[in-house]
Amino acid sequence: MGPVLENLDLYVDGFLTSLSIIVVAMVGSLLLGLLIAACRVSPVPPLRAFGTFWVSTFRNTPLSVVLFFCAFGLPELGINRTFYFFGVLGLILYTSAFVCEAVRSGINSVSAGQAEAARSIGLNFTQGLRYVVLPQALRTVVPPLGSVIIAMFKNSAVVGAFGVGGDLWSTGQTLTSARGYETLPIFIGVAIGFLLITLPAGAVLQVIERKVAIAR
Amino acid sequence: MTSRPNGEPLVRLSGVNKWFGELHVLQDIDLDIARGEVVVVIGPSGSGKSTLCRAINRLEPIEKGEISIDGERLPDEGKDLARLRADVGMVFQSFNLFAHKTILENVTLGPVKVRKKPKADADKRARELLDRVGVSAQVDKYPAQLSGGQQQRVAIARALAMEPKVMLFDEPTSALDPEMINEVLDVMVGLAKDGMTMVVVTHEMGFARRAANRVVFMDEGRIVETAEPETFFTAPKSERAKDFLSKILTH
Ligand SMILES: Nc1ncnc2c1ncn2[C@@H]1O[C@H](COP(=O)(O)OP(=O)(O)OP(=O)(O)O)[C@@H](O)[C@H]1O
Ligand SMILES: [Mg+2]
Repeated sequence: MGPVLENLDLYVDGFLTSLSIIVVAMVGSLLLGLLIAACRVSPVPPLRAFGTFWVSTFRNTPLSVVLFFCAFGLPELGINRTFYFFGVLGLILYTSAFVCEAVRSGINSVSAGQAEAARSIGLNFTQGLRYVVLPQALRTVVPPLGSVIIAMFKNSAVVGAFGVGGDLWSTGQTLTSARGYETLPIFIGVAIGFLLITLPAGAVLQVIERKVAIAR
Repeated sequence: MTSRPNGEPLVRLSGVNKWFGELHVLQDIDLDIARGEVVVVIGPSGSGKSTLCRAINRLEPIEKGEISIDGERLPDEGKDLARLRADVGMVFQSFNLFAHKTILENVTLGPVKVRKKPKADADKRARELLDRVGVSAQVDKYPAQLSGGQQQRVAIARALAMEPKVMLFDEPTSALDPEMINEVLDVMVGLAKDGMTMVVVTHEMGFARRAANRVVFMDEGRIVETAEPETFFTAPKSERAKDFLSKILTH
């Protein structure tokens, strides 16, 4: 583990960058995914069509293509930002489609009568979702949503490979190709860095699952 | 109770038509319901009773015709529809209480979120209503902990908490064990006596005789016959009503 310890400061920087990509992408994709899921179950046909279009686009396009489009396509449309911005944006767009489908399956698990009862007391569509359907959907949504989020953690390495300087993945790249370190120990270090994020996240997820399962 | 209350109709359906794909479930329905009137809708399975009931608060949109409540035409979607629905109480066959909320919260949700009542006022009113329907001992329980009859009475209280102009009931007792039917019907008869305007889909003839001003008989998407309960049950005019009554009377 010599090479890892020698470059510990680089690893720490890489770890922090990866963590920030993950945290921003998690918040962003959860919010966006929830919004798209609301579109998909909305009573307004154009919104439903938009939601369906969104999901089929981003769920069926490889992440690398989405990232490529964000990083090189958007600048051609006159949008100029950092690679970090485009990388995180691409990851959010891509992940939101999966979040949406997880949330939607949870919504569908709540009986239609619940939404009808909500509407019949005068709650509007958003209120019905917020106060009646989503709280009940939560229970079934947490496990699949957790898998989506953990998959996103791992996908964040692709964002790094795409040129976001300084995340865990590109730290490994720099150390092996530019500085001539051996690949194996360096990337074991990278893997450990990711595990330091995913393992605690998995544990947190289990706690949430247990909490939600007891709550009514 | 045989006299018809008079005045402008509170609910008016005119030329209402609805299709489910090819199936013409509501055919040229014209029906006026006066303020304070109790209308019982009966008819064979699949005749469109539920659809009629659900069309009145637009849980089912209609393709042709017009439905208005208190002189106001049912809006298509959005804010206005939600506001109008708040004035129309609905009680479902399967209760549909909010499973994740306590009995008290079930009754206060609408008043607090829709009517913007202060929480304390809503709580107080909810307790009164739950007392009136006889479930005041259960306020902190969850729906799954109550019997079907209790759940349905809570559902009635939940609808009443919105102070609706009219209440719709779609077979409110047909999912109940026989010994619980009367506790629900008694609450409904009480409401009728207090002057609530009600549309009730039910095969409970006892309720129709005790509380209804009119019986509407539906078959294959049409209103075939309308009569006072006593007349309808003892001397139905149409062949289809005679046939239907002979079937439900034999069991
Ligand atoms: N969502 C739907 N999609 C398609 N067809 C439907 C739908 N809901 C009801 N129908 C059909 O419309 C017809 C009328 O149904 P409705 O539920 O109004 O009958 P009903 O008189 O209430 O019958 P029941 O006594 O069995 O409750 C039936 O043939 C039914 O199968
Ligand atoms: Mg029915």
